[in-house]
Amino acid sequence: MVLIMLTLLAGGVVAWLIEGWHRDMPRWISLASCTLSGLLAIPLFFSSGAEHIVLSGVSSVWIEVIDVAWIPRFGIGFLFAIDGLGLLMVSLTIFLGFIAVISSWSEIDHQPGFFQFNLMWTLAGVVGVFVSLDLFLFFFFWEVMLIPMYFLIAIWGHENRAYAAMKFFLFTQISGLIMLVAILALVLGYQAQTGEITFSYFDLLGHKLDPDLSWYLMCGFFVAFVVKLPGFPFHTWLPDAHTQAPTAASVLLAGILLKTGAYGLIRFTVPLFPEAAADIAEVAMGLGTIGILYGALLAFAQDDFKRLVAYSSVSHMGFVLVGIFAWTEITLQGSVMQMVAHGFSTAALFMMAGAIQQRLHTRSMAAMGGLWQEAPRMGAIAMFFVVAGLGMPGLGNFVGEFLVLLGTFGVNKLIAVLATLGLVTGAVYGLIAMQKVFQGRRESVSGIPDFGVRELSAMIPMMVGLTLMGVYPQPIFDMVEPTLASLYELTGINPTTWVGSIR
Amino acid sequence: MSGPDLIAISPLITLTGVILVVMMVIAFARNLKLTCFFTILGLVATLLNLVLIAGNDPMQVTPLLIVDAYALLFSGIIVLAGLFISLLAYSYLAHRGEKQDEFYLLLMLSTLGGVTLAHSTHFGSLILGLELVGVSLYTMISYPVRGLVSLEAALKYLILSGVSSGIILFGTALLFAATGTLAFDDLAQADISMANSTTFVLVGMTFLFSGMAFKLSLVPFHMWTPDVYEGAPAPAAAFLATASKGGIFAVLLRFFLSFDGFRFDALIEILTWIAILSIVIGNLLALMQDGIKRVLAYSSIAHFGYLLVAFIATSVVSGTHLAVEASIFFLIAYFITTIGAFGVIIIMSTYTAADHDVDAREDYAGLFWRRPLLATFFTVMLLSLAGIPLTMGFVGKFYIFAAGVESELWALLTAVVVGSGLGLFYYLRIIFAMTRQVEMRDGLTVPVLGGWALGVLSLLLIILGVYPTPVVQWVSSVASVMG
Repeated sequence: MVLIMLTLLAGGVVAWLIEGWHRDMPRWISLASCTLSGLLAIPLFFSSGAEHIVLSGVSSVWIEVIDVAWIPRFGIGFLFAIDGLGLLMVSLTIFLGFIAVISSWSEIDHQPGFFQFNLMWTLAGVVGVFVSLDLFLFFFFWEVMLIPMYFLIAIWGHENRAYAAMKFFLFTQISGLIMLVAILALVLGYQAQTGEITFSYFDLLGHKLDPDLSWYLMCGFFVAFVVKLPGFPFHTWLPDAHTQAPTAASVLLAGILLKTGAYGLIRFTVPLFPEAAADIAEVAMGLGTIGILYGALLAFAQDDFKRLVAYSSVSHMGFVLVGIFAWTEITLQGSVMQMVAHGFSTAALFMMAGAIQQRLHTRSMAAMGGLWQEAPRMGAIAMFFVVAGLGMPGLGNFVGEFLVLLGTFGVNKLIAVLATLGLVTGAVYGLIAMQKVFQGRRESVSGIPDFGVRELSAMIPMMVGLTLMGVYPQPIFDMVEPTLASLYELTGINPTTWVGSIR
Repeated sequence: MSGPDLIAISPLITLTGVILVVMMVIAFARNLKLTCFFTILGLVATLLNLVLIAGNDPMQVTPLLIVDAYALLFSGIIVLAGLFISLLAYSYLAHRGEKQDEFYLLLMLSTLGGVTLAHSTHFGSLILGLELVGVSLYTMISYPVRGLVSLEAALKYLILSGVSSGIILFGTALLFAATGTLAFDDLAQADISMANSTTFVLVGMTFLFSGMAFKLSLVPFHMWTPDVYEGAPAPAAAFLATASKGGIFAVLLRFFLSFDGFRFDALIEILTWIAILSIVIGNLLALMQDGIKRVLAYSSIAHFGYLLVAFIATSVVSGTHLAVEASIFFLIAYFITTIGAFGVIIIMSTYTAADHDVDAREDYAGLFWRRPLLATFFTVMLLSLAGIPLTMGFVGKFYIFAAGVESELWALLTAVVVGSGLGLFYYLRIIFAMTRQVEMRDGLTVPVLGGWALGVLSLLLIILGVYPTPVVQWVSSVASVMG
């Protein structure tokens, strides 16, 4: 687990240094370190050394736990722990890292070594976020992943990159600082009651705070994660950042950085402050629903292909937010599924947008059209991912959205009904984009090259993955079920055996 | 004065001795290399001396000075600051023509003043240290005279610093009138319950703090800062920003802790407003600057605002220990970062023929591709100033937040969050400028001595940012004595 991170960090450094030797070497190094870290993750899937930790009366299962003192003065430790949910997210991260390296294969001419360095360090930071269970350590990685991402956008971005990079950084950083205050208040509140200072998730979980304070602290965590998610009304950084970022950064941003927000909500916000979270559940679900509809509406109005995909992300992540705050096992499973599926489908669409931009030197859909005739493989693949995005049964996104809606219906009918509208609007903007870009008449035949082996080798695994998730999602359910069940139980609601019933 | 007393203050004696030696050296041979060598030797000797006596019991030497862990810690970081600035300044001075030797002499005198402040427990030694720092600084600021900019800066600093010293003296006189003593300990025990003396003490404290706020450049006493930073040669500005302000903060904190200056609610209110204004105005004005030295000036105003949050946090009894610890740690991080940032400006300005330093943001455009290592160092410094993890600045910021939360200063914390957000904007703007792709040749070679000093500072910043435990333990043990 720690080795995965070190591999990525070392890979980044080596890629940077090796640039002086040969300009093509950095990307091979990145590919190698992604492969190596992927290989390192495999044993975790089969690990038998499961550790049971009792969290305020609820037993939870962890695949691996590492705890080394770091700053004993504050009870801060290198507390890394990975469970099914964490492993799923780490796997997604490494896989999309792979895709990001491939997608930027021929895009970056300027300082390729430093580019790969930033790419690898972003990945390492995100992996860190998914496995850190010391709140200080978590915050540390939460911030660490921003800096290389800032550089990716600021150095290799498009025409308006300075503005986009700054906005991205400011939004996430300020919300992060609010979370830091909340973390500290939680820790010091715990210290005031027990006399012991600790940042360990395991200790802080289940600790009863004063309800008022608890509400404020929950808001601190909530804001940080919802900005990252991004939920309405904190989503405004996303379209700018996505549009201006280079393809690889867009892939990472959409694929995994947004997922850290959802992960944080599931892992921290709700379990640490269940009562307070329950208080604002309706509001949060409302925000999610607004995000779904508003994101779809704005996506429909865009001319810039990347902006369209960015707004569709807002819409899709709205489902995740609704699912998390409905807080039933069905919706949680749905949210996790949606996170993974959205990671695949959006990453693929951003890669598509990058590929088109590289070929046509524009992101404006008005200047496209009729691409299918010239590049049938691109057309077909784009069709696949657009259809996945609009929630076609048989693909991963459908499973996620369906479960979220199914579970939410039992909690709040109005929200479920409104959110369902998102499926319709999703079809509208998805198909409109498809028509504008790939169908219609091509005005001038420019002879653009179709997808080659390199791009296909990135797209096909994602298509296979989405299809598998769509037709047989059970392995993923099984993987995260223990985590969700213990979290669910922790918050004081009895677990149900719904996974079995779905079989 | 007995043997143990002399041993206790031996660092002060060593430093004074070395100053005399350097003065003699200059008198016999004007050779910058030699002077620099002796300066560095002297500062290292002082540092070793500090380490040697670090284990001894605290000791009051004459009513003026106390030698305890707190004094030694601050002396250590002030001497280190002097050492690093000496290293960085060498090539800068060497390329400014002849007769630059006295700069080192002044720098050491000023360091001596800072060390005296760190040891001070009496208004006598406080004024002595303050003036030693100040008078040397006037000359340092106007030092390698090229054009009128530095002269203007020096004059401005001279007048305002003189006025603020006057205000401090007046405040001291009022305290003396109310209590009849100038020693911190006696002041703390003095009975000030009579109506008249309470007023005297309160007014005296306010004057005292205002004067100090001048020297620490807190809003609304900050007007001189950007002009002086901009006009002063970069090494002098670096010294002013760190060692001088650090020494003054050390004695201020010691005085407030021993006198319990926090028992006056009115004073706390004033302090709170000063902190909020410093953070907000410092950051807002920094946004509007193009010169990097001016940015650093305003950001130092904001940083002392953050520091003041920890300072105010000491007023809540349960949070005193943490807050003292936070102040010291934050100050150490600030020292390393600020010296490093000025170090980059010093190195960039080494060969310039202009009458001011190279500090326009445009001059740094594309630095990442011209001088990757230097740009990386600068990026580390700026990220640390912005309080981003992996750097010591983050741990410092974390400490400020912790102290604020522990003492429940929510209004101040809000200001810190807002200020940090604003701060990011102008630090990132500099980093962004460095990453731009521009065609520019500058024939800059990084001086060996300065380059290594900068490298060490950057490494320190990152190592202590990732693993701060050694410093945390050290600072915590010192703070437990004080708080």
